[in-house]
Amino acid sequence: MNLLLPAPLLIPLLCATLSLLGRRAVGVQRFLAVAGCSLNLVVSACLLYAVDKDGIQVMQSGSWPAPFGISLVVDRLSAIMLVLSGLMGAAVAVFSLAAMDRHRPKFGFYFFYHTLLMGVNGSFLTGDLFNLYVWFEVMLMSSFALMSLGSERAQLEGGIKYVALNVLSTAFFLAALGVLYGMTGTLNMAHLATIVRSAGNQGMLTTVSLLFMVAFGIKSAAFPLFFWLPASYHTPPSPVSAIFAGLLTKVGVYALIRLFTLVFVTDAAFTHVILLAGAGLTMLTGVLGAAAQTEMRRILSFHIVSQVGYMIMGLGLLTPLALAGSVFYIVHHVIVKTNLFLVAGVIAFRTGTNELMALGGFVRTMPWLALFFLIPAMSLAGLPPLSGFFAKLMLIVASFREYSWVIAITALAVGFLTLYSMTKIWNEVFWKPMPPASSEAMAKVPWTVRDRVCLFSPIMALALCTVLIGICAEPLFGLSERAAGQLLNPDEYIRAVLEEAVRP
Amino acid sequence: MGSLILRKATRYLFPVIMMFSIYLLLRGHNEPGGGFVGGLAAASAFILNQLAFDVPSTKRLMNVDSLTLIGVGLLTALGSSVFTLLDGQPYFSSHWATIRITSDWHLSIGTPLIFDIGVYLVVLGVTLAILLSISNFRKSP
Repeated sequence: MNLLLPAPLLIPLLCATLSLLGRRAVGVQRFLAVAGCSLNLVVSACLLYAVDKDGIQVMQSGSWPAPFGISLVVDRLSAIMLVLSGLMGAAVAVFSLAAMDRHRPKFGFYFFYHTLLMGVNGSFLTGDLFNLYVWFEVMLMSSFALMSLGSERAQLEGGIKYVALNVLSTAFFLAALGVLYGMTGTLNMAHLATIVRSAGNQGMLTTVSLLFMVAFGIKSAAFPLFFWLPASYHTPPSPVSAIFAGLLTKVGVYALIRLFTLVFVTDAAFTHVILLAGAGLTMLTGVLGAAAQTEMRRILSFHIVSQVGYMIMGLGLLTPLALAGSVFYIVHHVIVKTNLFLVAGVIAFRTGTNELMALGGFVRTMPWLALFFLIPAMSLAGLPPLSGFFAKLMLIVASFREYSWVIAITALAVGFLTLYSMTKIWNEVFWKPMPPASSEAMAKVPWTVRDRVCLFSPIMALALCTVLIGICAEPLFGLSERAAGQLLNPDEYIRAVLEEAVRP
Repeated sequence: MGSLILRKATRYLFPVIMMFSIYLLLRGHNEPGGGFVGGLAAASAFILNQLAFDVPSTKRLMNVDSLTLIGVGLLTALGSSVFTLLDGQPYFSSHWATIRITSDWHLSIGTPLIFDIGVYLVVLGVTLAILLSISNFRKSP
């Protein structure tokens, strides 16, 4: 187990280092990207199996006992997130073989790709709040570099907005860490959870928890500070925006779920109502923003915002079913959203644009692509029998059980509006006849067998996941329920981390 | 710059600063110092050379690309924990070997030192990669 637990950090770090040393050999870097990310996926799946069977796994790095050293902790939620990041990493790595130009790898595209995955995995693994901050930084630094690599005009403009808002969030995070450490004298999450329950100054604690909420709210693109996301995600190359769309905001959501189930639960009547209100507004603003857009990736970016609302909604309700719904929703959303960005990437690869005006006719020219768009798009809108239906069902049933009518109706309405956006893309990109300028552009770009394999295999694999989750939802539903059970009973987590420390 | 005094002084200062950086690296385990500050000190020696002379001569003096230096440093730091992985302890647990020199003098060498050397190389590489590419800008017009 000591070998398996740090592996999701070590594999990307090793791959990043080797990509740096072989920075002129693009072939080597590509091989490393696919091999390393696949290995990462296998390791994460093993971890999930081990955690689900034997309970929470803990490693005290450097043999320093908690709360003095840095604990790496994997419970079911972390393991699920690790598997997702492994799956997305592998899918986008394969996609990038064809979709990424030969220029960017020489300037470190794959290096930053691996360090990004390392930062994401580190955030899921760590059991220490300050260490979480460090992994956020690793992730953000890499994402800044990936966002601006290539220095195109639009990229730099999007990059500035992205950096500015994320630096602000980092400042909030750091300030909150300082105050919390001053109050409790520890930043180990399990240790914090024990101290916070008996802390004297509960009012101050609630204030700190709101600081954390703002910091992670910005990272997860929740209302009101979400506008950095749609301003920047459509600017970088398609593999970059696909991995960003799949993973980055979900790290913020993960951090929110972790902190507001483990540490800040003492004033749930106050904090979780704010979360719930934020969730509803996030859903609404995201979906309404999408309605006004005319660029495929921008529409999808706004939908990330609205979908983040659903994940936070489950956390705000804080019942076992709602929390399980959140976990289920994250799994569904990461797969579907990455897939939609990959489809947008294929379209950009063929025509060089994602503007709805310039596109059309793909249902005739590429009928398979149309099918593989339709599966995740309908899943995103929540049509049965795809994965999104069950995710939404769980959340809405949970909110009806709590008599939270407003949020339930909001969630339903946002589902309808999502369907509207998806049909808009379908009509414009796939159904209407293609403008002649685009079909000429399409005829010029080479379309080799290698391109087809590299671009379509990840899309097919992810679409298959969506269908499978929809058709047999029971195993994932059970897993989400067990994960939620673990989150709502923090004693198991606390015992696993702190008792491991006592043992020699 | 082109100052004769600076150039002459650099010829003497460079080895002194480099030796001091290695001294900082080695004493780092128990006293102030370590790989990070040692790497910064070493980088400052190269930057002094770049101020006194120019970028190409500094690159010749370095002899390796700064990005390669980062890569080697990362590998060294990662490799320092291979021992712990082999005997199944948590990652980054330290291992020590004691060498007896005389009856009351002995030298302990452990994996944290290897890790520190890696950090030293990474810090040196990163600092030089940033500073040398910034100073290239000024030359271009």
